[in-house]
Amino acid sequence: MTSYLFRRIAEAVLILIGISFITYILLFLVPADPVRQIAGRSATPETVENIRRQLGLDLPFYQQYWRYFSGLIQGDLGRSYIQKTEVSALINARLPASLLLMVAAIATELVIGLLMGVVSAIRRNSNTDQVLMVLSFIGVSAPQFVVGIILLYVFAVVLEWFPIGGYGTWQHVVLPATTLGILGAGWYSRMMRSSMLNVLGQDFVRTARAKGLSRVRVIFRHAVPNALLPIIAMIGIDVGIFMSGIVVVESVYGWPGIGQLAWQAIQRVDIPIIMGVTLVAACAIVIGNLLADIIALFVDPRIKLK
Amino acid sequence: MKINRILRCIGVLGIVCAAGSASAQTSGQYKHGGDIVVTYKDDVSTLDPAIGYDWQNWSMIKSLFDALLDYQPGTTILKTDLAKEYAISDDGLTYTFKLRDDVKFHNGRKMTAKDVQYSLNRVSNPKTQSPGAGFFASIKGFDELSSGKAQSLSGVSVVDDYTVKIQLSRPDATFLHVMALNFASIVPQEAVEKWGEDFGKHPVGTGAYKLGEWTLGQRLVFVKNADYYHKGVPYIDKITVEVGQEPIVALLRLERGEVDIAGDGIPPAKFLQTKNDPKFKDLIVEGSQLHTGYITLNVKMKPFDNLKVRQAVNMAVNKKRITRIINGRAVPANQPLPPLMPGYDKTYKGFSFDPEKAKKLMAEAGYADGVTTELYVANTDPQPRIAQAIQQDLANIGIKVEIKSLAQANVIAAGGEPDQAPMVWSGGMAWIADFPDPSNFYGPILGCSGAVKGGWNWSWYCNKAIDKRAIAADSMTDPKDVGKREAAWRKIFTDIQDDAPWVPVFNEQRFTIRSPRLAGPDGVFVDPVHIPVHYDFISVKDGM
Repeated sequence: MTSYLFRRIAEAVLILIGISFITYILLFLVPADPVRQIAGRSATPETVENIRRQLGLDLPFYQQYWRYFSGLIQGDLGRSYIQKTEVSALINARLPASLLLMVAAIATELVIGLLMGVVSAIRRNSNTDQVLMVLSFIGVSAPQFVVGIILLYVFAVVLEWFPIGGYGTWQHVVLPATTLGILGAGWYSRMMRSSMLNVLGQDFVRTARAKGLSRVRVIFRHAVPNALLPIIAMIGIDVGIFMSGIVVVESVYGWPGIGQLAWQAIQRVDIPIIMGVTLVAACAIVIGNLLADIIALFVDPRIKLK
Repeated sequence: MKINRILRCIGVLGIVCAAGSASAQTSGQYKHGGDIVVTYKDDVSTLDPAIGYDWQNWSMIKSLFDALLDYQPGTTILKTDLAKEYAISDDGLTYTFKLRDDVKFHNGRKMTAKDVQYSLNRVSNPKTQSPGAGFFASIKGFDELSSGKAQSLSGVSVVDDYTVKIQLSRPDATFLHVMALNFASIVPQEAVEKWGEDFGKHPVGTGAYKLGEWTLGQRLVFVKNADYYHKGVPYIDKITVEVGQEPIVALLRLERGEVDIAGDGIPPAKFLQTKNDPKFKDLIVEGSQLHTGYITLNVKMKPFDNLKVRQAVNMAVNKKRITRIINGRAVPANQPLPPLMPGYDKTYKGFSFDPEKAKKLMAEAGYADGVTTELYVANTDPQPRIAQAIQQDLANIGIKVEIKSLAQANVIAAGGEPDQAPMVWSGGMAWIADFPDPSNFYGPILGCSGAVKGGWNWSWYCNKAIDKRAIAADSMTDPKDVGKREAAWRKIFTDIQDDAPWVPVFNEQRFTIRSPRLAGPDGVFVDPVHIPVHYDFISVKDGM
């Protein structure tokens, strides 16, 4: 287990270095000049060149990357070109909000998705199954900004059950988490249904029934834990999907997380912030996958980490 | 010495905002106290007056800091502010400012002439990386400071605690406007040195409000400066600026009474519905701004190196239709200067909409069979829709336009290359004047100095004769030459338009939506200088 963890962490570090390098190349190749953005429209050519020199953006690519990388290994993500603030401070200020949203969204999608999947499987080919699968199809297909605006309009504007955007109380988290969760719930319900159908047809379930166990006990004690294994692996991948989803959902709901920060930085070609958020997102995905592997170990003792 | 005479003359030169409101000097009719909520979509980038240069932080900085001069609220008329009076030497090269002696920074220290000297040195110093440094280029010693040969501006000297003298290296008729810019705000050295690069997050000024709280990504809270030297203002005790709010969400919250000013305005898709809604009728304030939206025609690239093609394009674009596309939030333009700007020529006709004549001109230019070109445009609504309208108009005269819809930064980069963007629609990046003087519409966007790689003169128009006339106009610093100077600039811009490097399309109007509980003259809600709102002069009806 320990050696496995060390190997995964070493792999994660290599992945992050690779991501930082590729992202830096891509940002270097973007045909936009961040110095012009910083200098503003009235700057003289001398001012522009002076700012370029001070930021080291006149250096060749490999020197620029090395400067960035040297700072990175010392924990320095640099300063925002536009906001003139340490990137780490900007991310630290916003990360708790994104993590809260992510946890709430994962909980939402698991509760909705797994319930739908289990009910569909045990009522296979019934009207309930059909309706639930159509709903899951809509959940998977509907763009998040559309779902977000619809939920906002219905539940915040018309019914006034929740606040119209913002952050701070549990009421604020419900609609954004549901918006994010609906997509995952669609996926999970379909996966859970097929996983459950597979498990329900296996010998140990038949044996449990033959022993005279109640239907509820057979389903929740024997079938569901075994059907969950592929779902757990999916949660790790889900973190990556969330990272792209929060950019949209945080903007719709005015949720002060790193997705919103990333979106603003991309519009302004604020390279240090884009790099910082990309690395944090990559870290989250790597950690999410690692946690999924470890959780799977506890759920199914047959799995051995190598 | 021409003590304050130039101020009066510039007052004549500056015209009152089209909103037409009287200045908001009276305090008796407005209540003190209360608090308001303002929303914006994007984070506030910085509140450092030497750095901040976007329309979102512009008025916040103006409320936190003061400069030697300012404008009458809701107008473009210059007035003294931290300076109580000033004098200009007969040669127009020396400005002597007498400062008020009752001004305190938010940290409690009195402001003196040394602070003025420090602030001007700081903003001009290349280490500060101020986007506004170039505005101070006429101060003696600027070039030496810029190139690192000097550590301060030799032209700025402290005469006594409350007198500062500024010598220029060349006459500059815009200098008083420059001294009213945010970049010329006075900052305390000890606070700048204490916070270093983070001064923009911990601003200390002399303004009507001071920063109470800044929670990154969430909110900023401005609280009333009880020691403010202009007695009676501000009216409101606390302004909370919530960031990260989509304009549509802000509008819904305003309707519900949770928001007082939607800082990003009315979202384009909701504009007509909101404007025609009786409950919003008295809540929307309309005002002109110093703005022109234009298409640049790159005179260095085919087919726009041909004057007849440029003239034809000017005649082919249906500007009225384009203003309809943006729901009438603008008026069609026929010259580079907006109507609010001194020097605007009311009698100039420009190129009228005439597709038939345009086709003839295309044939005369040798393009009877048509030509293919590209139009660069920012990819945010409504710019691509406007580009499509331009595309249709030009197709009518045989110009096949391929639209390049890109992120704003990429369009700016393409325009700054001499051979990349034959046409650029300026929407979303269009010119809004830094100060109400015609020269601000020339140098960077139509003069030779802007026609450089990475510059903002995307038409690459460089007429050396006109450059000379512009320099001559800006050298007219004598107050009695104000009319002559304005006439010179008027002719410069109409002569440029005859060369047709641009298609001036429209002058955008500004619409501020506010809650019913806010009060104040309309002009301060669409202030042409304190963009978008002059926070110092608004009040709440339910105040004390």
